[in-house]
Amino acid sequence: MSAGTLLGYLDRWSVFPGDTVTCRVSCTGDNAYNAELVRVIQGDTHPDAPGYSEQRVPLDPGGPFPPRTQPIEPGSMAIVDDSPRLTTPGSFSIAAAIWPTTPSRGAQTLFSRHNPDTGQSLEFFINDSGALAAELSTGNVSVHVANDCCLRARCWYFIAMSYDAVEGCVSVSQKPLTVQARTIDSDSRSTEAPRNAPLFNIGAPLTMAARLRPVHGDRRHYNGRIHNPRILGGAIDAPTPNPVANAGPFLAAWDFSLETPSQRIVDISGNQMHGRLVNLPTRGVTGPDWDGSSHAWPHDAGHFAAIHFHDDDLYDAGWEESFSFTLPENLASAVYAVRLHNEADEFYMPFCVRAPRSGRKNDVVFLMPTASYMAYANNRIGLDVPETELVCGRLIELTEQDLFMQTHPELGLCFYDLHNDGSGVYYSSRLRPVMDLQPKFVGKLGGDGSNVWQFNADTHILGWLDSQGIGFDVVTDEDLHEEGAACLDGYRVVITGSHPEYYSASMLDGLDGFCGSGGRLMYLGGNGFYWRISFHPSLPGVIECRKSEDGIRAFAPGPGEYYSSFTGEYTGLWRRNGRPPNTLTGVGMVAQGFDQSSPYFRTEASRDPRVAFMFEGIHDEVIGEFGLSGGGAAGIEIDAANTDLGTPPNALVVASSRQHSDLYLMTPEDMLDPVPGLGGTEAEIIRADIVFFETPRGGAVFSVGSVAWPGSMAWNGYDNPASRLTANVLRRFVDPQTF
Amino acid sequence: MRNPRGDASPGLQRVLNRMRTDTTHGKYVLVVTGPHRRWILGRMNGARGAPVELLPGHEFDDRLEAERTVFRLRWRELTGEDLGL
Repeated sequence: MSAGTLLGYLDRWSVFPGDTVTCRVSCTGDNAYNAELVRVIQGDTHPDAPGYSEQRVPLDPGGPFPPRTQPIEPGSMAIVDDSPRLTTPGSFSIAAAIWPTTPSRGAQTLFSRHNPDTGQSLEFFINDSGALAAELSTGNVSVHVANDCCLRARCWYFIAMSYDAVEGCVSVSQKPLTVQARTIDSDSRSTEAPRNAPLFNIGAPLTMAARLRPVHGDRRHYNGRIHNPRILGGAIDAPTPNPVANAGPFLAAWDFSLETPSQRIVDISGNQMHGRLVNLPTRGVTGPDWDGSSHAWPHDAGHFAAIHFHDDDLYDAGWEESFSFTLPENLASAVYAVRLHNEADEFYMPFCVRAPRSGRKNDVVFLMPTASYMAYANNRIGLDVPETELVCGRLIELTEQDLFMQTHPELGLCFYDLHNDGSGVYYSSRLRPVMDLQPKFVGKLGGDGSNVWQFNADTHILGWLDSQGIGFDVVTDEDLHEEGAACLDGYRVVITGSHPEYYSASMLDGLDGFCGSGGRLMYLGGNGFYWRISFHPSLPGVIECRKSEDGIRAFAPGPGEYYSSFTGEYTGLWRRNGRPPNTLTGVGMVAQGFDQSSPYFRTEASRDPRVAFMFEGIHDEVIGEFGLSGGGAAGIEIDAANTDLGTPPNALVVASSRQHSDLYLMTPEDMLDPVPGLGGTEAEIIRADIVFFETPRGGAVFSVGSVAWPGSMAWNGYDNPASRLTANVLRRFVDPQTF
Repeated sequence: MRNPRGDASPGLQRVLNRMRTDTTHGKYVLVVTGPHRRWILGRMNGARGAPVELLPGHEFDDRLEAERTVFRLRWRELTGEDLGL
């Protein structure tokens, strides 16, 4: 097998029977490929797992399909279409403020126009030396000018390039906003140029932060921020400071504080030279006018009039459709996947088929945590993060898929990664191949044993439901976000995934609504309902998360950048947004560790007649001293009850874990004052609680507070006390009798 | 060395923590050659896009033996001496 030669993605992760599934595939090599539809039942291939299981659906998607490589071209930019209004007969200037983040990492375009037919071009850029430079070409004559002084990373500069048609010169200039002692980084250079030449009238789109077309395969993407660029129909004296503040006349003047959630840049000159953004550069970030007096772009947009471009931004791989097929009207709701395969490789593209809009539903619905799958999509935790071995307590294993991801970072990033310039990733999209959203995939943080994570870990639950002969439907996080509680109408029991960590306000409202109207919730995971995310209001398949204040996170957002650029919501932990997970599930995140998981020990509360149904046929005092995820039922990321954070007063903690290792450490949000004794062997707070409580309208909630729990359900062919306890709960929760 | 995984004494844990905090440049990893049963030792390059260097001669069909081998390699790199175990 040769991982990465077959890749693909679907337009949607949730469909109805009768819908069309559109597949976009890249197949490298000479081998044609085939496609089939399979139902995903159990994706863990570890020898101790219950056995890999998928079921082919008798449906012919077509094929064999010829090989065709489709590239991914990451990197963001702005494009302004060519227009007669973007012309001037002679002198002109381009001015902006910039905050470069990698000025020493090769040539990077700031502004560019190229006409391949005439050879005319304009390039205002950072050169290989890290200095500001400009190149203009009439097709016959070229002019080049560059500063001597290099730009410093993460400093704001006013910059300008100017052509004086009367004097016949081109200049570039830079002036830092903050002057440092013994540091000379103001500079201005000029050179001779043809007089009275229409050097700006190139007849091509104007781009920012990259070239429109690659030259020798390189678009010269810029890393860093740009603030409010202007194009003036006249020359600026080279040494003039602060050219951004110059009065017009402007050919164009973009105000980056406007329409922040959109992919449009707005021209306020009156010339209507609005542009569009490609590949989701980061908006809602601080600009040169930010002075710390405001932390919310929705309130003081002028402080946030900047866009941060990255050479590795990626929203939509933009592949052409390879094939599509229509699902049968009678296809049962379940998790399916389009399996691509040939002699060299295979690739799965999972998705959810919901129950028909009208018609009978099962009592049980699995809420497929697709927002969390997106949050971790193509994560590089095992590749880029040296501490991963430390927190796992064992060597990192890299599979063929990992090796492919290592050599192909163009697959895009997620909330656990840094951009190439060291800034944090705020956006994650599903419109690209996602290597770790496949059955058989081995993760990094899944604990000793199967080491499965997110989607593949959730197949422990799917396989368990199948083994119990329990009919169930499937809906996704995106369905819940878009429809709220209505998407759960008709269901009696909602079962979560193993790690439903990322929630939008609409999703949380939906689950609250379900539980508040008598629904029963089985939270079979840990570290759930933790981060607040926002879906883009118009772009499909992309979420934003800015991990403000605290919480376990790969990076901190920049100061002043705690508000979602998609929606203007304050971001971060739901706990810091007034909705701790304890209020919904009875438990909340307290610790993580990725080596060994531990068992639960029954408490006195487990003898309460209210939970007698839970322990029928279970005589063990210790539950879950076994499992595929770290060898125990309580582990990886664990939650505990806490009435101060909203655990309901009627909640029964029926079992609690102990004996966690010192690789388990408290969450930062609980660690206000670092003191010794914060590890698993000492800190009492580090435990997972199994909690049950009734809700006001006859419903109930059961929470295990552990990512490792489903790995124990699947232990010994699903025959064990953790499995039995879960089945007891599900049987009672399906029973319509009110609690 | 008998059980290189699981709980360690406080002193040994400090040694392990030091060993495991290598940067990704040159960090030891196990590259899976047979899922859940066969591995070869590799070293990360530290740069995105750069392939993992494989170390022929360090192949394992027992993960615990791989842990022991890397412990010995790191001990030598950190102390200049062979562990002798």
